[in-house]
Amino acid sequence: MIKTTEILETINMVEKEHFDIRTITMGLSLFGCIKDTAKSTANAVYDLICKRGENIVKVASDLSLEYGVPIVNKRVSVTPASFLTANFIGEELTIAMALDKAAKEIGVDFIGGYSALVHKSMTEAERSFIYSIPEVLSKTDRLCSSVNVGSTRAGINMDAVKLLGEIIKKTADRTVDGFGAAKFVAFCNAVEDNPFMAGAFHGVGEGDCVINVGVSGPGVVQHAIKAIPDASITDLAEMIKRTAFKITRVGNLVLSEASKRLNAERGIVDLSLAPTPVVGDSVAHILEEMGLEEVGCHGTTACLALLNDAVKKGGVMACSNVGGLSGAFIPVSEDIGMINSAKSGTLTLSKLEAMTAVCSVGIDMVAVPGDTPASTISALIADEMAIGMVNNKTTAVRIIPVPNKSVGEYVEFGGLLGSAPIMPVMNKSAEKFINRGGRIPAPIHGNKN
Amino acid sequence: MKCILTVVGKDKPGIISKVSGLLADKNVNIEDISQTIMQNTFTMIMLVNLANACVSMHELSAKMTELGSEIGVNIHLQHEGVFDAMHKV
Repeated sequence: MIKTTEILETINMVEKEHFDIRTITMGLSLFGCIKDTAKSTANAVYDLICKRGENIVKVASDLSLEYGVPIVNKRVSVTPASFLTANFIGEELTIAMALDKAAKEIGVDFIGGYSALVHKSMTEAERSFIYSIPEVLSKTDRLCSSVNVGSTRAGINMDAVKLLGEIIKKTADRTVDGFGAAKFVAFCNAVEDNPFMAGAFHGVGEGDCVINVGVSGPGVVQHAIKAIPDASITDLAEMIKRTAFKITRVGNLVLSEASKRLNAERGIVDLSLAPTPVVGDSVAHILEEMGLEEVGCHGTTACLALLNDAVKKGGVMACSNVGGLSGAFIPVSEDIGMINSAKSGTLTLSKLEAMTAVCSVGIDMVAVPGDTPASTISALIADEMAIGMVNNKTTAVRIIPVPNKSVGEYVEFGGLLGSAPIMPVMNKSAEKFINRGGRIPAPIHGNKN
Repeated sequence: MKCILTVVGKDKPGIISKVSGLLADKNVNIEDISQTIMQNTFTMIMLVNLANACVSMHELSAKMTELGSEIGVNIHLQHEGVFDAMHKV
């Protein structure tokens, strides 16, 4: 039998250190649902999701009970919806409503994939699709949207970047406290098997039905580091690796069982450390445990680089199919350590931007003043996309210009999305640069053939 | 199905008797057992086999949680797979 100390270690991870499986996400291909009209396509989409996803909530709840590990979210990701709406310009909402209704019917928390891939250029249909995002996100509850506007191979589509600044503003303006913008992500190098929201979609290279699992556990890592207060950085890295290994092994087990019970293809485990606003579940606190007085101070980027790499190394040893975003998330409103540091002014947008060069995603859940110009948001997206493009990694922007709020005020999104202070943006304009349009060419190292 | 049953809490007479009594009542076989006092806390780990149990794992788990709050200890029932995954390579 396994040692008593090991059994208690596992139990403590859940009971005291907030270890959980953050999400089981079912990826569904909707290509077969494309019919002659938007209405019949919407019906086919609804039927397919309800049929394939009918047991996801039950299976997740059974597994959670059997293994004694909470499974927090149950989600569905679908083929980027812009492929479904390509023939139905102006009728995008019909498909969007069907996706939202299906998510509610099967009881999943979110459904992702109201997405478009326009990293090189945009078709007329895709442009119309992107224009539909503010209305869609204000009329649906569980639907999440994303647009990929850049890649290391294609460069950055600056026409799309310009458009997204306006779209994010409109989305925020149409929803209470700008909440709609929290359901939208701009990507560079978006991955096709990401189980996390708001950026999950079922890539075009994927099969019919696949299960992806996202593990979490910042609290477990923090606890492990706390146990070795005088260790060298080399030993810290080793400890994080070991901890990530253990966490991922459970994710791997849940992935196997869930895909078997749902009769779906076994996808990937995403090794991300995803924080929640609860104390003891913070990525920022891991960095502070390493020796920072407050996250955002000098040294933060180095600590995050170490954490991100060690998590990946531990994780890949534990599971043969690792994918998604896999690393440390640094959303501001969803992490109590980040919230506190942003409040005190130690964590700035500039520092966050630097951190995104070494973490797994990007500027995430950042609230900015409601009167921030669209061109400034586009410029912020462009900066972030440039980091992703040049460094050959995924970067993302999920930013919320909170209507009628300014720096010093506070916004409460509730639940896992947490709360955030309104952070200042640079007050000098990049409007002329953004208005130029066109494309930032791919970096030379993107041409690897 | 094999599960790990853990009982952690303040030591007092009758814990083992009550837990094993409930297991016997539900026709659950105990295959291995270890019990110790760790830092003044009663800690018991059992490997139990539910192959011939007259209740489902979910029902047994609920009964054990109930018993745990009755006698003032924390009782967990978990599929052994989660421990194997985490601690065996």
